Formats: sequence, C-alpha cells, structure tokens
Amino acid sequence: MERAAIRARAAALRAQFEAEGAQVVETAILQPADTLLDLYGEDIRARAYVTSDALRGEQMLRPDFTVPVVQMHMAHGAEPARYTYSGEVFRRQEDDADRANEYTQVGYEVFDRENPADADAEVFSFILRALGDAPLRAATGDIGVLMAAVSGLNTTEARKAALRRHIWHPRRFRALIDRYSGRSPVPPSRAALLAANDPFADSAPDIGLRSRAEVETRIATLKADAEAAPIGDNEVALLDAILSVRESLPYALERLRDIAVDMPAINPAVARVADRMKALQKRGVDVERLDFEASYGRTSMEYYDGFVFGFYAEGRADLPAVATGGRYDALTRVLGQGTEIPAVGGVIRPGLLMALEADK
Amino acid sequence: MSVKLGVPSKGRLMEKTFEWFGERGVTLSRTGSDREYAGAVDGVDGVELVLLSAGEIPRELAAGRIHLGVTGTDLVREKLGQWDQQVEELAELGFGHADLIIAVPGAWVDVDTLDDLDAAAAAFRAKHGFRLRIATKYHRLVREFLRDNGVADYQLVDSQGATEGTVKNETAEAVADITSTGDTLRANHLKILSDGLILKSQATLFRSRKAPMDEAERTAMKQLCKLLKVD
Repeated sequence: MERAAIRARAAALRAQFEAEGAQVVETAILQPADTLLDLYGEDIRARAYVTSDALRGEQMLRPDFTVPVVQMHMAHGAEPARYTYSGEVFRRQEDDADRANEYTQVGYEVFDRENPADADAEVFSFILRALGDAPLRAATGDIGVLMAAVSGLNTTEARKAALRRHIWHPRRFRALIDRYSGRSPVPPSRAALLAANDPFADSAPDIGLRSRAEVETRIATLKADAEAAPIGDNEVALLDAILSVRESLPYALERLRDIAVDMPAINPAVARVADRMKALQKRGVDVERLDFEASYGRTSMEYYDGFVFGFYAEGRADLPAVATGGRYDALTRVLGQGTEIPAVGGVIRPGLLMALEADK
Repeated sequence: MSVKLGVPSKGRLMEKTFEWFGERGVTLSRTGSDREYAGAVDGVDGVELVLLSAGEIPRELAAGRIHLGVTGTDLVREKLGQWDQQVEELAELGFGHADLIIAVPGAWVDVDTLDDLDAAAAAFRAKHGFRLRIATKYHRLVREFLRDNGVADYQLVDSQGATEGTVKNETAEAVADITSTGDTLRANHLKILSDGLILKSQATLFRSRKAPMDEAERTAMKQLCKLLKVD
C-alpha cells in the first residue's frame, strides 16, 4: 500500500474523529526512554527502537501514542477531553520479517470522569464506524473482572499483590496459583531454607546493593506464606471458570453473574460489564453478535486494566489486529504523579484496513 | 571462486578448530607472520580460509559473505534474529563448551529459582526505586528467557567484560554470563540459579543459508562436507 494513500486515509479518519468533537494533538517521535522503561520494563527494548545522544541520553522511537498523549493530558489538559492523532509508530521486529516495523496509527482517546461505561461504548462504536464494512471480527474482554477476582480471594495480601503483578503473564500467574493452592510442591531449596536454624550458616560474604536485611525480610515473608492456608479448590475453580468465559456478550454476562453468586467480590466488575453492554446497545452496537472473552488482552495489552477490544481480519489469523483499544485508568495514575483520571481509547491501522479493503 | 570457511582468528578456539579439521584430513594453517590474518587450506580443493573474530562470524554468515563458519551457538543465537533461517548447524565440534546462566550473590540464601528472583526483584524495586540490574552482554537471549519465564521488574545493564565483578562493584545485582566450570563465579561469591540455564553452547560448524554458490563452489562444498562427514 502506498505511503501517500495511507497518509491520506489516516487524515480522513482523524478528520472524522475531529468532527465527533476530538481535539487534534501531535506528539514527538523521540520519546524519553526512561518513562517507557519504567512502565513496561525491559521487554519494551525488544519492541521499540532505542537510540541515544550524549545530551539527552536514551530515547525511543515512539512505539505508541498513548503514553505521550496521557503525559500531555496529565500535565495541562482540561477536563473532560477527547483527543485524536495520526502518525507513524515504530516497532522493532526480531522474529518475523513479515511484520511491519513502521506503520501509521490513527487514535481516539477519551479522558472523562462522568460515565465510564458510556465512554467505553463511545470509543468502541466510533472505531467500529470508522472501520466501515471491512470484513472484521471484534473481540472484547475486561481485565477488571479477573483483577476483581484476585482481589476477592480469601488469602494473604502478599499473595494477591503477587498475582496482580502477574495478571499479564499468564504462565507465571498459573504457576503462582498452583503454588498458593498447594497443587505444586514446595521447591526443595525453599523447604530447606525454611527448615534451617541459621539460613546464613554457610553463606557467601555479603556483596552488592541488596542487603542482608532485605534477604531476612524476604525469608520472613516466605515463612508467613508457608503458614498461610492454601487457596481453596473452590476458589481456583472459580478463577478457572472466569478465565474460560468465551461467549457472545449477553451469554458471557450471564455466565459471569452465575460465577458472581459464589464469588461476590466480582459483582462490581460484572455490573460494569452490564452497564457497558447497555451503553453499547444504546449506541447501536449489535451486542448479540459481539464476542466477549474474559482472558482477552492478557498477553499483549499490559497497560489496559478494564474494557479491552480488538478488530481482526476474518479468516486472516496471520495479520495483526486492524484496530485495538481499551481502558487504562491505572496508566493515568502512574503517569499523573498523584492525580488520575478514567481514560479509554483506541487506535486504527489504516494501512492494514486499506489492504483488506483491496483484497475484498 | 572458492568456498569461504570462517574460523576464529586466534587462541584456543582457533587451535582446536584446526585440530578438528586436521583429524578429518583437512589441514588449516595460518600463513605469513604471526600478526597477519591469512590462512591456507590443504587436503581439499576450492576452499579458502578466512580468519575472523568469533564474534563477527555470525554476521558474516548471515550476510552470505562466508559459506561456512565456526563459532559458538551462543553468539549465533544472540546476534541473529530467526537464526535457523539464516544458518544451518552442520556439526557440534565438541569443544568450547560454555553455559549461559543467571547467577546471583551466594549471600542471597532466599534466592534459588527464577520464581525467587522475580519476587526478590519486585521487593528490590519497591525498596530502591529502580529495577534490579542484571549485567550481561547477551541482551536478546537473556531478555527472551526472562520474558518466557515471567520474570519482571529487572533491567539489563551492558557489560562487555569482567561481568562477574559488577555485583561487588555495585553496578549490578545479578549477572547473566557464560561459564564453563563456574570457578570465576564462585571466586566472585556468586551462585547459579537452579533453573537459570539459558543456553548450552559449544563451538559449532555452521553453513550459511544466504551465501550464493556457483557450480565450482557447490562441488568444493560437497567434497569438503564429505571429508568432514557432515553431508
């Protein structure tokens, strides 16, 4: 697809969002690396291009617009706010030469405290409309349900914090659940450590920044954990039930309501799913045919903590999502330095959209 | 033109490579003065010896500038994305054994597994305000390994040499490095995580999938592979 054509389509999409009331914003292409590293951790280095100079140190070619737009809004945005932008993003590709390492995105972001359910529906329906009649399948989910389930577990705060930290790492999450529920055995080295009279008896000399006191604190944490009762089979089964919900939205909601009978902690999160469904209906979205998958967005959408969605080319599993988005309240908290605002947004890749239209 | 064979240009790795080829009837030797990186091949026709730093051999193979090359598996996997589409492993040479591992201070009696490392990293970040630093020169391999194993809250810091000393010098809290016997690690009061083996590496003969060959080169390659018993 030709660059100029993609740029023109991006401008048209942005104009459409502008006509809906969004303010056009621009962001720098070079972003300070430390903010992104702090947010995403070392993994971002595998996804973004890093460059540097002697004056400003490490910088990254923007891997997305969300972070700079949130920073801009938190620094001097009026409330409520709706923004739109278009421009190129850069993604390092180390394993798949067929994936683009540079492409255009058009986005729409809403910062609004009033009615989160309607803001979710607004973003989803605007993106849906902008995609026109391209053969796309929508996937939706809500990370908030799983988070609420973890917070409601009948176990220690330390365990819940560890599980929350790994919501987006399904393998480690599962390993933690297995250990906390007594399904996987205690590693021999841990058993020996906990049984030792003096754990430091044959240890090497202290070196490095992590002090003896920090090691002692962790041993105390491990001892407390060893004494805590295992997470019950019943609760593990409920978590599994949540993670396996995958139906059209109205049926998924029914399933979640059934689960909430035994796990009342998820009630508020399930109510948010219900409110969103109503708001989507009101905006003309056919919710009967909208898929809802409770584990959707767990592997790839780290900063989303509520509603998540993606649009995929029908029958083209090889292509990345044509549009994605979601709610990222927590991100505004992290970047807001003491302030926060509910926020939701989405992006479209006009290049992919046009390629699909051309195929049709 | 002739088949280009890239071999490490100095040290034990070069000598052992020469030995390995010699045992199979292909004599490799350096020519000219000690300082000159030129070589000769006897025992097979149409093969040219190219002496290179072991670290450059993966790149030269991927670029198709050499047809064959001897280097460590670790270097190929670190430096080449989708390495198996760029080069083919013909033979493991049985020397240059080294494991890429993660090691932490021996004084961390609470850390023995990646699970422990992850928990310690979370607590470290909360206390010190920055992510636990792991010193390495194998950025890609280490990052992939830690991501696959769900370890978060760490950062990699680059260390091109004397990596084992970084913890004592407080420029890193842990290291990811190559070790063969573990002696240097122990001498620096470090221990290997029980599930911290990232890769077992050894000197390996690779064939470039990118280097074009004419008829004469194809014949020479076939003959060489037959002698080396890697066909």
